[in-house]
Amino acid sequence: MEASGAAEAPAAAGVGRISLLGLIPIGLVAIAAALFALAGAPGLGERRGPPAEDLLVERTVLRPGEIELTVRNDGPDAVQIAQVAVNDAFVDLEVAPPEIGRLASNKLTIPYPWLEGEAYEIFLLTSTGGTVDHAIDVAVETPSTGVGFYGLMALLGTYVGIIPVIIGMVWLPFVRRISRGFLRGLMALTIGLLVFLALDATLEGVEIAGAGSQAFGGAALVFLGAIASYLALATVDAKMRAREQRAQAAGATGGYLALLVAIGIGLHNLGEGLAIGAAYAGGALALGALLVVGFAIHNTTEGLAIVAPIARARPSLLRLAALGLIAGAPAILGAWIGAAAFNASITAFLLGVGVGAIVQVVQLLVPFVRDSTGRFLHGAAVAGLVAGVAIMYVTGLFVSA
Amino acid sequence: MTRLRALAGLVSLVGAGAAARLAGVPLPGAAAAAPAAAAGGDDSTSRGSDHAGFARGGRVDPKANGFDPTQMLRDFDEGKTTRLASGRVLREWELVSTDREIEVAPGVKFAAWTYNGRVPGPTLRGREGERLRVRFTNGGSHPHTIHFHGIHPAFHDGIPGVGGHHGGGLIETGKTFTYEFEAEPFGFHHYHCHTTPLAAHIAKGLYGAFVIDPKRGRADADEMVMVMNAFDTNFDFGNEVYAVNTVGFHYLNEPIKVKRGELVRIYLLNILEFDQINSFHVHANFFHYFPTGTSLEPVEFTDTVVLGQGQRGILELRFPHPGKYMFHAHKTEFAELGWMGLFDVEG
Repeated sequence: MEASGAAEAPAAAGVGRISLLGLIPIGLVAIAAALFALAGAPGLGERRGPPAEDLLVERTVLRPGEIELTVRNDGPDAVQIAQVAVNDAFVDLEVAPPEIGRLASNKLTIPYPWLEGEAYEIFLLTSTGGTVDHAIDVAVETPSTGVGFYGLMALLGTYVGIIPVIIGMVWLPFVRRISRGFLRGLMALTIGLLVFLALDATLEGVEIAGAGSQAFGGAALVFLGAIASYLALATVDAKMRAREQRAQAAGATGGYLALLVAIGIGLHNLGEGLAIGAAYAGGALALGALLVVGFAIHNTTEGLAIVAPIARARPSLLRLAALGLIAGAPAILGAWIGAAAFNASITAFLLGVGVGAIVQVVQLLVPFVRDSTGRFLHGAAVAGLVAGVAIMYVTGLFVSA
Repeated sequence: MTRLRALAGLVSLVGAGAAARLAGVPLPGAAAAAPAAAAGGDDSTSRGSDHAGFARGGRVDPKANGFDPTQMLRDFDEGKTTRLASGRVLREWELVSTDREIEVAPGVKFAAWTYNGRVPGPTLRGREGERLRVRFTNGGSHPHTIHFHGIHPAFHDGIPGVGGHHGGGLIETGKTFTYEFEAEPFGFHHYHCHTTPLAAHIAKGLYGAFVIDPKRGRADADEMVMVMNAFDTNFDFGNEVYAVNTVGFHYLNEPIKVKRGELVRIYLLNILEFDQINSFHVHANFFHYFPTGTSLEPVEFTDTVVLGQGQRGILELRFPHPGKYMFHAHKTEFAELGWMGLFDVEG
């Protein structure tokens, strides 16, 4: 500051004084809080009633002859787990569970001869006599996390993320040859597909969050994730738009748009991959071969969403492949995280991130649907939107149990 | 949501395929995916467990509780006796109710209500034809009573609203009342608080065993009292920890020592709240059963007896072989939640 010109010095001093003024309330809060704590919270007295216990089993791992529970303390007080019963029988614990502090988590390892395919009811008995119930609906061994396991997860991510998306992108030559009016309808269809995905992921996120720890925000995490990713992508969009405008004053802007759509779908697939990995670790049962076919049809539409904006551009094959990977590969990463370290709060947040990304992408696509008079909900657009939602709904039926 | 559920299904299908490959079998139809996964898995899940008791062999500290189930087992309180002018025996006890936190499983505390600081309360023992007097002081924080099972006038029945003009009925905190009645009929009975809400006052621990010996007495035996009880630690009208004489698995950790061939007499009472029935089963042996102990002739020679709440009886048996013999509720859920123990036969 001293090195700057004489004319700027007063302004710099002014900024410093203003910063100081801004910090005064923060300092006062810190001092007041410290004094309040040091004085032992005067006037409030002892807490009323017994400690509030709010425990939650976040993760269940089944190994031969062993059940491992990850327990999180969602409540305001530390909790001591004294005993554990499985199917109404007290069981042994391999390690003495220490007191679980507020928001902390702890692993309980229970030697138990569980049987595959059977259901188990567990209750944790705390030092105050309170119980926390946890159900294992179908006992299936949790896959161990070795190299083969990560390979399998990568394969799964490829099946559900990359392959359907790339297949969907093969619509590009078709999209190139259709009329401008028809393309508008196709863009509307893409929006319909994405709206369905956003809705589906939101509901799924809320459901997962509802079953998980509430201390970190619960279902609110879905919406926080959505807001954060929407704002982040909006910032990226603004920067890319400026760069593109510098590069070419007018003309096709589909290139960066396709990239943004790919990023949006990629973020969505990250959250989905998490849910897949978690489901695999939890041992969901196979439902039928129709499922694979149904799923391929269902997810293939994501590829269409990427290529529709670049119908008038001439992207290289390499660039197309890169777009496919950006959209599909996060499913692999999600599957790894979901299977190895599932956490309802993180999954809900990441599903929300996907939702925010999709909302941003939908906003970007809207101008491409407008007709020459600037109308959005013209006949072709409405037909496209309805068709998009309907396609997702109907292909979704293939994969529902 | 169907979308992600479907994803889960797809994932398992791939997983089953991988498992089938590992197991060297062709991939079966999707419907057979689960067995395929099992074939690839480790069959050591089927190994058994020799675990019985609380986690890591934990035990309840009898010193902290102030009572020890091993000592309570053979603890008969015969009170103080004096002769009335008529020459009859007058037998007197003092009972005080108190609030007291007890440990019902290792590390699990329960805010109990007790008679004389213990759960179950003291085993009161008199003889047929005696005059019995129980001076009760309520040292607890709630009104209580003592309701005896036996034959007596209404105002000594320990019921709220009955006998109040004699100072009975509900006994308020700090108040004293003396219950007085004849020792009849002979047999094995019990007493408990009858204040409403009744289930709560019993479940909190206000109960005890009550023996009236027949005039002629019974044959010499190694006598013990087993009160089958349980604790609803989370107040959901269901029990979490089961036991005889309060502490789950106590007699598993500290087997009851008995002598080979000697007559063993068990005074068995079921005071279990919330559950419909309880039962007693002894291993590798049979016993003569005297329901309520009101007859000197046994009605049954068996190894299992089922009792509802308030039902009780006397069991007589001899152990012909040395070694350790289990006894437990033959409601296995109760057994595995604490109600099991061992006899250790010596000689």
